[in-house]
Amino acid sequence: MLRRRLNRLFGRDERRVDSRTIYVGHRPCPATDAFIPPKFCDNRIVSSKYTVWNFLPKNLFEQFRRIANFYFLIIFLVQVIVDTPTSPVTSGLPLFFVITVTAIKQGYEDWLRHKADNEVNKYLVTVLEDGRRTRKESEKIKVGDVVEVVEDETFPCDLILLQSSREDETCFVTTASLDGESNHKTHYTVPDTEKGLESLSATVECEQPQPDLYKFVGRMHIYKNDQEPAVRSLGPENLLLKGATLKNTQKIYGVAVYSGMETKMALNYQGKSQKRSVVEKSINAFLLVYLCILVSKALVCTTLKYVWQSQPGQEEPWYNQKTQKEKDANLYLNMFTDFLSFMVLFNFIIPVSMYVTVEMQKFLGSFFISWDKDFFDPEIQEGALVNTSDLNEELGQVEYVFTDKTGTLTQNSMEFIECCIDGFQYKNRDSSTELDGFCVTDGPVSMLQQKAGREEEELFLRALCLCHTVQVKESTGQEDGVGDQVDGVLGLDGEMVHPAELRGFIASSPDEVALVKGAMKYGFTFLGMESKNMRVMNRDKDVETYELLHVLNFDPVRRRMSVIVRSNCGDIMLFCKGADSSIFPRVRQEEVDRISMHVERNATEGYRTLCVAYKLLSSEEYAQADAGLREARLALDDREEKLMAVYNQVETGMSLIGATAVEDRLQEEAAETMEALQRAGMKVWVLTGDKMETAKSTCYACRLFQRGTELLELTVRTLEDGGRRREERLHEVLLDYHKRAVQDPPPVKTRVTRSWTSAKQDYGFIIDGATLSLVFNSSPDSSHYKSLFLQICQNCTTVLCCRMAPLQKAQIVNMVKNSKGSPITLSIGDGANDVSMILEAHIGIGIKGKEGRQAVRNSDYAIPKLKHLKKLLLGHGHLYYVRIAHLVQYFFYKNLCFILPQFLYQFFCGSSQQPLYDAAYLTMYNICFTSMPILAYSLLEQHICMEVLMSNATLYRDVAKNAMLRWSPFLYWTLLGVYQGLLFFFGVRFLFSNPALQDNGQVFGNWSYGTIVFTVLVFTVTLKLAMDTRHWTWINHFVIWGSLAFYMVFSFFWGGIIWPFLRQQRLYFVFANMLRSVSAWLVIILLILLSLLPEILLLVLRKPRWPHSRQKKPLVQSGEGETQSSARPLLMRTFSDESNTIL
Amino acid sequence: MMKEELETTNRPDNTAFTQQRLPAWQPMLSAGIVIPGFVLIGLAFIGIGVALFITSQNITVLEKDYTGVETTSDCYKCSNPSDKNCTCKLEFSLSNLFEGPVFFYYGLSNYFQSQRSYGASKDEYQLSGDLDYFKTPISACSPYQYDANQNPIVPCGSLANSMFNDTFKLYQIVNGTKKLVPFDGKGIAWWTDYNIKYRNPSVTPLKNAFNGTVKPSFWSKPAYELDTSDPSNNGFVNQDFLVWMRRAALPDFRKLYRRITEGDYARGLPAGNYSLEIAYSIFHYNMYRYMEMSISQWACVKGCRLKSL
Repeated sequence: MLRRRLNRLFGRDERRVDSRTIYVGHRPCPATDAFIPPKFCDNRIVSSKYTVWNFLPKNLFEQFRRIANFYFLIIFLVQVIVDTPTSPVTSGLPLFFVITVTAIKQGYEDWLRHKADNEVNKYLVTVLEDGRRTRKESEKIKVGDVVEVVEDETFPCDLILLQSSREDETCFVTTASLDGESNHKTHYTVPDTEKGLESLSATVECEQPQPDLYKFVGRMHIYKNDQEPAVRSLGPENLLLKGATLKNTQKIYGVAVYSGMETKMALNYQGKSQKRSVVEKSINAFLLVYLCILVSKALVCTTLKYVWQSQPGQEEPWYNQKTQKEKDANLYLNMFTDFLSFMVLFNFIIPVSMYVTVEMQKFLGSFFISWDKDFFDPEIQEGALVNTSDLNEELGQVEYVFTDKTGTLTQNSMEFIECCIDGFQYKNRDSSTELDGFCVTDGPVSMLQQKAGREEEELFLRALCLCHTVQVKESTGQEDGVGDQVDGVLGLDGEMVHPAELRGFIASSPDEVALVKGAMKYGFTFLGMESKNMRVMNRDKDVETYELLHVLNFDPVRRRMSVIVRSNCGDIMLFCKGADSSIFPRVRQEEVDRISMHVERNATEGYRTLCVAYKLLSSEEYAQADAGLREARLALDDREEKLMAVYNQVETGMSLIGATAVEDRLQEEAAETMEALQRAGMKVWVLTGDKMETAKSTCYACRLFQRGTELLELTVRTLEDGGRRREERLHEVLLDYHKRAVQDPPPVKTRVTRSWTSAKQDYGFIIDGATLSLVFNSSPDSSHYKSLFLQICQNCTTVLCCRMAPLQKAQIVNMVKNSKGSPITLSIGDGANDVSMILEAHIGIGIKGKEGRQAVRNSDYAIPKLKHLKKLLLGHGHLYYVRIAHLVQYFFYKNLCFILPQFLYQFFCGSSQQPLYDAAYLTMYNICFTSMPILAYSLLEQHICMEVLMSNATLYRDVAKNAMLRWSPFLYWTLLGVYQGLLFFFGVRFLFSNPALQDNGQVFGNWSYGTIVFTVLVFTVTLKLAMDTRHWTWINHFVIWGSLAFYMVFSFFWGGIIWPFLRQQRLYFVFANMLRSVSAWLVIILLILLSLLPEILLLVLRKPRWPHSRQKKPLVQSGEGETQSSARPLLMRTFSDESNTIL
Repeated sequence: MMKEELETTNRPDNTAFTQQRLPAWQPMLSAGIVIPGFVLIGLAFIGIGVALFITSQNITVLEKDYTGVETTSDCYKCSNPSDKNCTCKLEFSLSNLFEGPVFFYYGLSNYFQSQRSYGASKDEYQLSGDLDYFKTPISACSPYQYDANQNPIVPCGSLANSMFNDTFKLYQIVNGTKKLVPFDGKGIAWWTDYNIKYRNPSVTPLKNAFNGTVKPSFWSKPAYELDTSDPSNNGFVNQDFLVWMRRAALPDFRKLYRRITEGDYARGLPAGNYSLEIAYSIFHYNMYRYMEMSISQWACVKGCRLKSL
C-alpha cells in the first residue's frame, strides 16, 4: 500500500522535473544568466479538511457518500415528495440526528486540526534577509530563505544545514515526533559554507520532494569570486527535517529546501487507509437480503392492491369516493407512487439506528481495551492503545498470526554472552569474576584452557570499540557533558569511576550497544567522539585515539558495516562486522573453518551472532577507496548503487578475527502466549529478518516448534543440493513437501503427548527470503509454485520465514490474506521494519517496544508486551465478536417482527398503506424502546467469563470463521422474527373477532389494534434479549426493565394529553383503554409467552452451548489438562533439532 | 488506590466497571429450573382456560343477517337501492332468558373502514369545534369538502358522510301486542371521545354555528338534529356519530348500537317472541349488515360465541 503510494508520488515527480534548484538567500548566481525566482509552495501546513465556508456542503457530501445514509436520504425525500402514510418526520428525525452528531464530531476534530495548524503556521521564526535578522511567521518562509533555529526549537521546514554554533560543524537533532526515535542524531554542515552567510552565493540542486525520511540526494554549488564553483554533495546527514528538534546546539542556520506540504513530514502525514471489519461485510450481505425483502413486500402489496381494485366496486367504494384529481391521475404513475409509499411504510425494516448503535458499540467498547489494567505495564507506565475502534470484533476472528521475532517474541534487550577470538571461546558466565580476571594485568583468564594471543585479543576488542555508530549520551546541559568527560578522564588515573555507569550509549540497534558494553567488560572502553576522533580507553587505562575516516553504513542487503580509521601511528585500518553469510565469502577459508563451528553452535542456542573482520589498508589502497567513496557520495543519480559497488569493492580480502554472540531474551510469557494462540486454532507465522538458526531456536523456545514437529525446510541450502538449477530443485522440493503435508497426511502416531491437539502430525515449515522471492517471481508458472507453497503452509501449524525484507513480510501477509476463504490475519511487530506488514494485515498490532514508535503509530492496537496479546484475542476479541454478532442479528430480527405485522395489515385495509402503528411508535421503536438494552448487552455481555476464556483457549474455535454471522444463524433469527411477527398479528386479529373487549361493551378501533400488537412486540423483543443475557449487571437490569417501564410511561403520557402540536390525536386514551380490558391483558401475556416458547424450549433442550459457560468452578477441572503442559521448562534445548529436519 | 493514582496518571482506573468486573447475576437456565417453571405457568394458563370455558357456556349470542340477499327474508324488499326509507321486520324467539345486560351491535362486513384515505378524510380541528374550520375544511376531506355550490360541508369527509344510520326497534310480542324494548344509547362511545376529544362549538343554540354550511350529502338530517330527544347528544358529540368515527381495524366489524339495561329488561331478555324493525337508510352493493346481541362477558373471545338461532 505504502509502496504503491510512494511509486505514484515518484511517478508524478518523474513526469515533472527531476530536481529543483534553490538559490540560497534568493541571491542570483554568476553562473546563471537570468535569475528566475522559481515558484515553490508556501510554508503553510494544512491538515484540516474543511473551511468555515465549505464545511456544510463538503461534510454533507461526504456523509451521504455512505451507502446507508444515502438510502435513508432517498427514503426521506420520497416521504417529502410523495403522499405517504407516515410523515417525513419519522425517518427524517433519526437521519437528522445521525447526520448532525457526525457533523459535530467531525467539525470538532477539524477545529482541533485548524488550531494545531495555526500553532505551527503562526509560529515566529527568524529569517536572514539581506543580512538582517527579521522575525516572520512560519508560514511566510519561502524556499531559499536562510533560517535561524535555536536550541530546543523545532525546524519550521526542511533545511540544509549551513552553519552551526558548535565547533565541530555538527548539530544534534532528535526526531522523536517523526519516527519516535529519541536518540540524538548528528547532522553535518555543508563544508566551505561556514564563512559569512550574508555574502554566500550558492545554489542547491536537489531531488523533488519525496516522503522517505532517510533518503536525500542533492548537490550544492558554491560560487566564490569568479572561481570555478565548488561542488559539495548533500545527503540525509545535511538535511534537517521539519518536525525534528534541535538539541545540544545553541543555534544553526539553514536554507529552506522543501516547505509546507512538500516537507518530508507533511508527505508522510497521510491518513492510513481505513480498515473495514468482516462483520461489516456480513452486515452488508444481510442488508441486501433485507432490502430484497423490503422491495418484494412493496411489490407484493402494490400488485395486490391493483388486483383487488380490479374487482367491481372495490376500487372506489361508495363510502370512499375519489376526488376528480385522483380519478384523472395516470394509472402507472399511481402504481409507482403506491410502490414508493409501501417502501416508505416498510423502510423501518432497515433502521438508521443500527448503524448508530454499531458505531457506538465499537467506539465505547474500545474503551474497555484501553482501560484494562492487565494491559498496563509498570515499566513503561503505559497501557494498551486503541488507534481504531472498527476492528474490536475482528480480534475474535483471527486465523493467522504473523509475528516479528526481534522485539516481539524476544525482548530486544541484548546481552553480550560470549565471543570467539581466533577460534578460542571466551565465555562470560559469571561476569564479576570474569571482569576481574580481565583486569588483571598479567593477562586474560579464559574459561577454556586455551586462549588466543594477546595481540589478537586486543585487535578484536579494538574492533568492537571502533566498528559501530554508537554515541555516548550527553546530558542536557553542556556543563554536565563536560563534567562527564572530566570524570572519564579522572577515571584514567585509576580512580574508581566507571564512565560506563555514568554515561549511556545510544545506538540505532541494541546489539551495537551490547557489543560496546561487551568490549568494556573485557577492558576496552569507548569514550566517545571528539570532532572526528574516536577515543578508546584500553586495558592499560591509556586513551587511544583513532581518526574516523569513513563509515560504510549498515544496510539490510549487505548485512554488514565497516569503518575506516587511522590510528595514531598512521596505520589505516578497516574494521568490518556483519552476518556470517556476508562475511565468510570475503575472508580466507582457513579462518572460517576455525570460527564457523562456534558461530553455528551459538546460533542454534538462540544467540545473535556477528563476525568481525579486519584489514590493513595501504595508503594507495586507501586513496583509491577514498576517491571512490567521495565520488559515489557526490553522485546525484543511482547514488545507492554506486555506493554499494564501492563498498563491495573495499570490503574484500579481509581477515576474520572473531565472532560475537549476543543473547536476545524471550519476552515474558512468550511461550505460553504462543501455545495459547495455537490451541485457539490460530496459525502462527514468524517473519523475521534474522538468520534461520537463530529464528529456529527462538521458535523452539517459544514452543512454536515442538519435539514432534516435522520440519520442512525450503532454503537456499536445500536448493543448492545436487548442483542443479534452483528452479528445478525448487519445483521438486515443493512437490515432495506438498505430497507429504497436504496429499497424504501420515497415519495417526501412537505416541501423542499433547492432549489438546488432534492426533495429527504437526508440520513446521521454514523458508528464507531468497527462496521466497524465487517462489514469488521465478518463472511464468510462479502462480503454480505460489499455490503449492500456500497449501503446504496452510497445513503446517507453524511457518517460519527468515531473512525477510520488510516488503516481503507484507507480501506474505498479502498472499495469505487473499488466499481461499480470505482468512483474517493479524500482524504484530514493534519496529519500523514491521510497519508494512502491520498495515497490510487485517489487524495490525504494535508493541510499545524499544525500536521507536513507528509500529505503534501505524498499528490498530498497541500493547506494551507480547503476553497481552493473549487477553486481547482470547478475552476481548472473543467477547466483542459474540457481542457484535448478537447485536447485528438481534437488530435485524427485531425489525423484522416489527414490520411484518404492518405488512400483514395491508391485507386488511385494502392495501391502502394504512400504518398499523402510530407515528410516534414507528419513530421511537428503534430509538428509545429497544435500543438501550441491546447496547448495554453489546457492551457488557460476558457469556463466558474472561478467566475461563483465557484459560480454555479452545473456546476461541467456537466462534472461528464468523460462526455467529453465517447464513444458518441468520436464517434462524429471521425465522424467529417471522414466527413472532405472524403470531403477533394473527393473535390480536383473533382477539378482535369479538367486539366486546371492554366490559361496558365499547369497541376498539384500529389504533387499539396497533397498540396491542406493539405492546406485545416491545415486551417480546426485550424479553428475548433478557433471555439471551448471561451476565446481568445492574446496568442490564436497569436498561431492560427501564426500557419496558419507559414504554409504559411514555404510552400513558402520549395518549393521556391532547398534544397541541398534533392535528390528529389518534392515540388519545387508546393505551389506557387497552389496559382496562381484561381480554387484552390475557392475550398480551399469552402472546408474549407463545412467541418466546421456541426460544425457551431450545434453551432447555439444547446442551449448554458453552461448556464452562457459567460458573468459575469448572475452570479448575478444565485447567488440569493444561497445567501439565505449561509446567514444562521454558527452553528445551536438550534435543537435537537436526534429527527432525528433513533435508 | 490513592497511592496508585499519585504514582501515575497513565494507569487505568481500577474500578469494577472499567475492568468489566461488575458484579453480575448469571442465570443458569437448566432444565431443572425451567421445566418446573414451565409447568407452573402452564398450569396457571390451564386454570384460566378452564374458567373461561365454564363461563363461556353461559354466553349466548344472537346474530341475524338482514342484508336481504335471500329472497325469503323480509328484508329482501329493501335490497332495492331506489327504495329509500324502507322498513323490514325480523322475527325470532328466545327459548330461555337471554341474560343481561344485553349489548346490541350492528355489524358490517367487507367494509374497509381501515382504508388510509378513508380514515384521513376528516377534519379534526373542525370536529373539536373550531369555527374557522367550519368555513374552510381541510382538503383531506375532498371530495366531501364543499358541495356543488362551494358551501363547506360540516362534518366534512368520507368517514362522517358514510355514517351508519339504520335504526333498530326491538319489540317483544306479549300476547299478540308489541311491547317496545327500551334501548339505552348513553355511554356507548368512549368517555374521552364524548367529553374531551370531540367538541361542539360553544355557540347556543348549536344550530347557529352551522350557518352557511351544509350537511353531508348522505345524511338525512343535519348534525345538530341527530337526536331531537336529547340536546346534549347532538352535533359532534352524538354517541352514534362517535362510535362510527372510531374506525374499525378490520373489514369485518361490529359496533355497539345500544345497551338493554332498563325497565323490565334490566335482567335480560325473557323467553318469548321478538320482532326487530329495521329502518334502512341507504343500501349499497357489496356490503353485508347484521345485528348481533351478546351479553357482557369479560374476556370473551370468538371461541365462546354460539351462533344460535
